Amino acid sequence: MLKNVDVVINGETFNVPDNITIMEAARRNGIKIPSLCHFPDQRVKANCRVCVVEVEGSRNLVASCSTPVREGMKVRTTSARVRETVQTILELIFANHPQECLTCIRNENCELRQLAAEHGIREIKADMSTPLLPLDTSTAAIVRDPNKCIKCGRCAEVCHHVQTTGILYSHNRGLEGAITPEYGKTLSEVACVLCGQCVLVCPTGAIHEKDDTAQVWAALENPEKHVVVQVAPSVRVSIAEEMGQAPGTIATGKLVTALRRLGFDKVFDTDFTADLTILEEGNELLHRLKTGGTLPMITSCSPGWIKFIEHNYPEQLANLSSCKSPQQMFGALAKTFYAKQSGIDAKDITVVSIMPCTAKKYECTRPEMQSSGYQDVDYVLTTREFGRMLRQAGVNFSVLADSEFDNPLGMSTGAGAIFGATGGVMEAALRTVYEVVTGKELQKLEFESVRGLEGVKEAIVDLDGLPVKVAVAHGLGNARKIMEKIKDGTADYTFVEVMACPGGCIGGGGQPYLTRKETRMARMDAIYEVDEHMPLRKSHENPAVQQLYKDFLKEPLGEMSHHLLHTRYTKRGL
Amino acid sequence: MTTLQKIKDFDKVFNFGSYDGSVSLEEYRMTGGYEALRKVLQDPQAATEEICAAGLRGRGGAAFPAGTKLKMMQTNVETERYLVCNADEGEPGTFKDRFIMNHIPFQLLEGLTIAAILAGSSNAYIYIRHEYPAAQAMIRQSIAEAQAAGLLGENILGSGVSVNLKIFSGAGSYLCGEETAMLSSIEGKKGRPRVKPPFPIESGLWGKPTLINNVETLANIPVIIAKGADWYKGLGTKDSPGTKLISLSGDVRNRGLYEVPFGTTFREIIENYGGGMKEVYTLKAVNIGGASGVVVPPEELDCPMEYGVCAARGITIGSGAVYVMDERRSILDNVQNRVNFFLHESCGKCTPCREGLRQAIRIIERVLAGQATLKDLSNLERYTKCMQEASFCGLGQAAGNSLLSSLKYFRKEYEESCVDSAQNIRERGDMC
Repeated sequence: MLKNVDVVINGETFNVPDNITIMEAARRNGIKIPSLCHFPDQRVKANCRVCVVEVEGSRNLVASCSTPVREGMKVRTTSARVRETVQTILELIFANHPQECLTCIRNENCELRQLAAEHGIREIKADMSTPLLPLDTSTAAIVRDPNKCIKCGRCAEVCHHVQTTGILYSHNRGLEGAITPEYGKTLSEVACVLCGQCVLVCPTGAIHEKDDTAQVWAALENPEKHVVVQVAPSVRVSIAEEMGQAPGTIATGKLVTALRRLGFDKVFDTDFTADLTILEEGNELLHRLKTGGTLPMITSCSPGWIKFIEHNYPEQLANLSSCKSPQQMFGALAKTFYAKQSGIDAKDITVVSIMPCTAKKYECTRPEMQSSGYQDVDYVLTTREFGRMLRQAGVNFSVLADSEFDNPLGMSTGAGAIFGATGGVMEAALRTVYEVVTGKELQKLEFESVRGLEGVKEAIVDLDGLPVKVAVAHGLGNARKIMEKIKDGTADYTFVEVMACPGGCIGGGGQPYLTRKETRMARMDAIYEVDEHMPLRKSHENPAVQQLYKDFLKEPLGEMSHHLLHTRYTKRGL
Repeated sequence: MTTLQKIKDFDKVFNFGSYDGSVSLEEYRMTGGYEALRKVLQDPQAATEEICAAGLRGRGGAAFPAGTKLKMMQTNVETERYLVCNADEGEPGTFKDRFIMNHIPFQLLEGLTIAAILAGSSNAYIYIRHEYPAAQAMIRQSIAEAQAAGLLGENILGSGVSVNLKIFSGAGSYLCGEETAMLSSIEGKKGRPRVKPPFPIESGLWGKPTLINNVETLANIPVIIAKGADWYKGLGTKDSPGTKLISLSGDVRNRGLYEVPFGTTFREIIENYGGGMKEVYTLKAVNIGGASGVVVPPEELDCPMEYGVCAARGITIGSGAVYVMDERRSILDNVQNRVNFFLHESCGKCTPCREGLRQAIRIIERVLAGQATLKDLSNLERYTKCMQEASFCGLGQAAGNSLLSSLKYFRKEYEESCVDSAQNIRERGDMC
């Protein structure tokens, strides 16, 4: 039974629930206790020790992140003993940390640097012993800088317990201790899916996205190049946050204006190809149902998920939809359909994506993704890199006027927008499949049962008398649960949506730092708000998509679609 | 054997027989062995009370009251529960548990069986360090014999109560002697300590309530039950009843293992049991409590070995290792050796221990090379205090004990090596 206790923190008495930690009790009452290894949605690790406090009656200081409150506990967080110890711990970390703050990719938002500022570290008396280990630049998406690792273990925690990929973990002991892939291998040598959830939780610059902003600046500067950009659904609800506004701020119009200011020739919307995905994928599902194809069919929009299934469930690849992700459908169309329509040679078109994702950087380099005869998508920037470009360009984001996406690849419906949240692809598909199958108009567009942050969501949808069982998983740990059921034949689903990241793309590995449950919820609410305000909310009603079929693709799953919009997968194994 | 007879045989908890062999099951039973187990099976409640009344404290180092821990275990409603005997005797200079396992294995097994019965654990493990192959063999054989005699395993002495005991071999890590790291090790995980609370007594092996006791603690139990709490309290002091096994080593005449009643002073241990200093050299320092213990000068040796008094004076009885150094020994060498030991054994999980030791060894190497400054010494003190105050587990907290105590008592030796000490400046004549 939950009860409350009185604890005294720095002389002030607070009444708090008895099942929380000292750190949490302090936080709820406006007292910040420094922390590095602690992260809100993770289990307690108590490694870094910068959260130590003085508790009356305890011989030593105690870690406030792992010590529960109890009745009458007397805590001091600012005594000389605590302050000196915290300063010493920070000094010890710094002595083994490269002094590259000026040039570090995390210099704007490094948690260690911030603590050094808050705790008045002015001098490092300890011997500098900065390591000189090689960087891991083996992948197209993620760079690991082991020199900057403070061994907090947040990345390993998310890699094991959320994603169950088990790539990063602590090796060796003592001074040789390191958090790396197995046997010191590089990320490209192991079954890393490049989801970037480790990046999202790293307090320092020890693991970060591969920065592609310089290449994008160069393309924008190159007069030979016609540079078009596409923006993923979820970025419209996270870029304002990256630029300092509250999580969940919707900024679709400002986003378009900002991209024009950076100098992009055309500003298009991945929501357009999200709608297109629904038509292809919806028809693929109906085709499988009619012809007795492999079921359940599983969505294929999330490149981290694709890499995960290729490594972990290679025997199940037939379950995957053959549809490319919206990003890659866009790239293929930009260098074929759009090139033809605008009279620009595809070789002169540079396609840039703004994505919530690190795995997208890898996806665009996959050998299958060259349907146009060129690499379909040239560069992928995360929401964070986009933010850095805007700051470099001196764009005062919050005061920008709104503007509209360019046509024709900028026209979209609410169904395309909700791709950004877990359950969104499923909901968008159901809106279309229902109307195609039944020939009736859907009365209520919202499929509440597939929304929200529940790890695995199941629903039975009535398609005018035909019950269809669907499932939605987000985060690879949840995906694994569903895959185990599919593998052993106990799943009776028809259609399954999987997103690699918790919350879907709104919680992607390329999103603003400090992404946690509350920020995910705020962004998710915002995505559904975007949908609600769209004049069109069903993918098959998108007039630009209809026109595209009429003028170019002819029909879903047709010859042209097969060539440009569908792909194949590789058995990778572990 | 004369040195073992400082206290009368009747007043001894341990009877090691002869050094060469082990006390067989037959011999052990002939001298009253396994009578305690019979008593426990008849009246377990009284047995628990006897252990509590005897004031037995854990002999692994933390000195937690064993009866209290047992009672905490008994109040837990969970039915799946474990007993783990900590035989990962890794503290340098400590060899008491090895002696018990090699020479009186049945006294340990009886104590272990009794504790498991009282704790309601039908499954028990004994975690023996990898470096003790002889002890592992001895315990393995003794388990088989005890099982054959109906004293262990299913349906003990026809009572219907079962205790299944398994041996688990460590793999060489000192840290796995820390109770939660040991549990992780048994579970097949990396031997790193876990967050406390929850304590093992609430959530231990496989997340189930687990009673963890040291070899020496468990070996005390049959004697307490057989001879009674009053007899036991007649040994030692009010604060610390009973006796302690002391592993005496270093520059004393008679190195060895001694059973010493609590309350005996450290000087008496060295003089009366150890026979005083070897050869003609004088006593310089004594390291008490192993590598994680303190280094004290001769002036501190009149302190009685008693948990309360020692704690107040900053002396760690720990595992009961007493290492004696004569005037030829260098404190700095000794400290360097210890810091290197901890560097090797630190798991690297928490910042103070990992980074503090990294800095400590550099400073000590500078001191030994005659290149340190007085500033280095104050930094060393600061890092060591930080390790003590803020480390995750006992290893890091204790790693600085010998550093801090040596800085306190033998600071002169450090300062003599500092380039900017007053004496060195004077000798070089570069004072303005």
